[in-house]
Amino acid sequence: MADGWLKAGLGESGAVLLQAGGQWDAQNVTRLDQQLRSLAPGDNAPMVLDLDQVERLDTAGAWLLYRTVKARRAEGGQADFTGLTPAYQTMLEQVAANDQPAEIEPPRPPTLVAILDRVGRGTVEVGEEAKQQIAFLGLLLVSLAGTLRHPSRLRLVPLVYHMEKVGFNALPIVGLISFLIGVVLAYQGATQLQRFGAEIFVVNLIAVSVLREIAILLTAIVVAGRSGSAFTAEIGSMVVNEEVDAMRTLGLDPMEVLVLPRVLALVITLPLLAFFADMMGLFGGMLMCWGALDISPGLFLERLQGAISPWSFWVGMIKAPFFAFLIAMVGCLEGLRVTRSAESVGQQTTRSVVTGIFLVIVVDAMFSIFFAAVGV
Amino acid sequence: MVAEADPIIRVQGLRTQFGTQVIHDNLDLEVRRGEILGIVGGSGTGKSVLLRTIIGLNRPAAGRIEVFGQDVAGATPEERLALEQRWGVLFQDGALFSSLTVAQNIEVPMKEHLGMPARLRDEIAALKIAMVGLPPEAGSKYPSELSGGMRKRAGLARSLALDPDLIFLDEPTAGLDPIGAANFDQLIRRLQVNLGLTVFMVTHDLDSLHAICDRIAVLAEKRVMVIGPMADMLRHEHPWLREYFHGPRARAAQPQLREGPDGQLEEVRT
Repeated sequence: MADGWLKAGLGESGAVLLQAGGQWDAQNVTRLDQQLRSLAPGDNAPMVLDLDQVERLDTAGAWLLYRTVKARRAEGGQADFTGLTPAYQTMLEQVAANDQPAEIEPPRPPTLVAILDRVGRGTVEVGEEAKQQIAFLGLLLVSLAGTLRHPSRLRLVPLVYHMEKVGFNALPIVGLISFLIGVVLAYQGATQLQRFGAEIFVVNLIAVSVLREIAILLTAIVVAGRSGSAFTAEIGSMVVNEEVDAMRTLGLDPMEVLVLPRVLALVITLPLLAFFADMMGLFGGMLMCWGALDISPGLFLERLQGAISPWSFWVGMIKAPFFAFLIAMVGCLEGLRVTRSAESVGQQTTRSVVTGIFLVIVVDAMFSIFFAAVGV
Repeated sequence: MVAEADPIIRVQGLRTQFGTQVIHDNLDLEVRRGEILGIVGGSGTGKSVLLRTIIGLNRPAAGRIEVFGQDVAGATPEERLALEQRWGVLFQDGALFSSLTVAQNIEVPMKEHLGMPARLRDEIAALKIAMVGLPPEAGSKYPSELSGGMRKRAGLARSLALDPDLIFLDEPTAGLDPIGAANFDQLIRRLQVNLGLTVFMVTHDLDSLHAICDRIAVLAEKRVMVIGPMADMLRHEHPWLREYFHGPRARAAQPQLREGPDGQLEEVRT
């Protein structure tokens, strides 16, 4: 079977004769399209399209032929087909019947308008989201108060299940990250402090930074990425599946069934994770001091006692439940805000992680100011 | 060219299984050029699995599948690509790419495989949009902005983008209202006649089976139990077939039939 081809020549009585042959199908139209477009826009000589040697014609090929004839006729010229079989005739009629230009893309506004439009929409959205977060916080507190009054309504099995998932299963990753940060802090601190001959103060550096800030902050960020996103995806896919609507019609409160167990599970387990991270961070620092600086574990622990007060520890721990509450709240809220498409589950999950981490850092800054003000 | 009598799809001794669960065992099926074949069967008999296996999305455990005389499982990547350009597939909900407009969806195969210039692509996409009965302004819409029926039409337009000889339809009328479903049936029939398509259609819609299918293949007991025109189905004695084609829903869809002078069933027109 030959590829599609086109020959231009002179026919009877000065007519332009276009001979088409071979396969006029989608596989060949790209080339034939170029050829047809490059035909010199003729004087007004009549045009004859001879399809006698065409072996195969599909809608794409028929479109090219039809378009050529139509264009010539629109210029006031004459154009006709010859050598049509009934099948080709039908195909050309099909194409003619469906000749209707369509829109390809939605119209784009001018760039400046588009930028302003996006900024405007973004601003409104941020405001809207803040409003929803505050409303959700209220709803959550009401629900929490209800559960405190009737503790039997607390769903224990989901609570324990989520505690395992967000707490126990996060131990390896949280522990490893904190350990490594302890090592890095010791190493970086030591190289700087050595210049003043004050290597021993590296213990103070590790103790204060790990206990007050780094362990809890890192744990919160890991948990936001790990569990905040999981909350959003789990609840979101339930929304897509209409499970949440089904719950409401069955008289179950999604706040009580889905949100509270997750929030409580994280509020209970994040402080425990943070404590574990404290220990692993110090342990990593201690090992590094021992290996690289010849500060023995005994000496390290002795310095540690002098370097910190109980408050150094509590400053870190106090923040944990607050961070947990924020992460879980944002995770659940974004999950419930999923619209009924699979795409929006992905969008909301991303949003949940970003918002969760952002809020954790904002609140951490507020705590720093507060602790500085009260002097601990 | 392949002779008219040659089957366009030939499945021989097909066995598909997931783990230990056998879906098809020793299944044979032939689809003739130019026909509309309807595949029916109870839930879980593997109608969609059969479709997915023929187009190469599932690997058969045994057996041979030929499409256009080409072994699907044994095809080299180049042969596979050539095959894929000769068939079109409409998935249940259209399976349109959600980040592209309808027209861009239709243009995807033209751009990827044939490297058509944008202007020609736009022209042909517009043609396909009109052919499946969508309004011109639907071209610039995103799939999420369309109704279920429009999504199916758009999916059909995409499956027709490269002018295939064969199209696979997975429950094309599921989820459409009766008017939309009837229109879609007619659209399939019209395109099949005008473009000389062969149609392989998984369906549960008795109206579609009556209205447009030339032959019907019934999947049961892990194989194609019966294959033939509607009249054969109505006469068959198998209990499942009787229940399916003579149940309360079937009677409503069925045109009145009577035994003709030559012993064939024929439609009574009132």
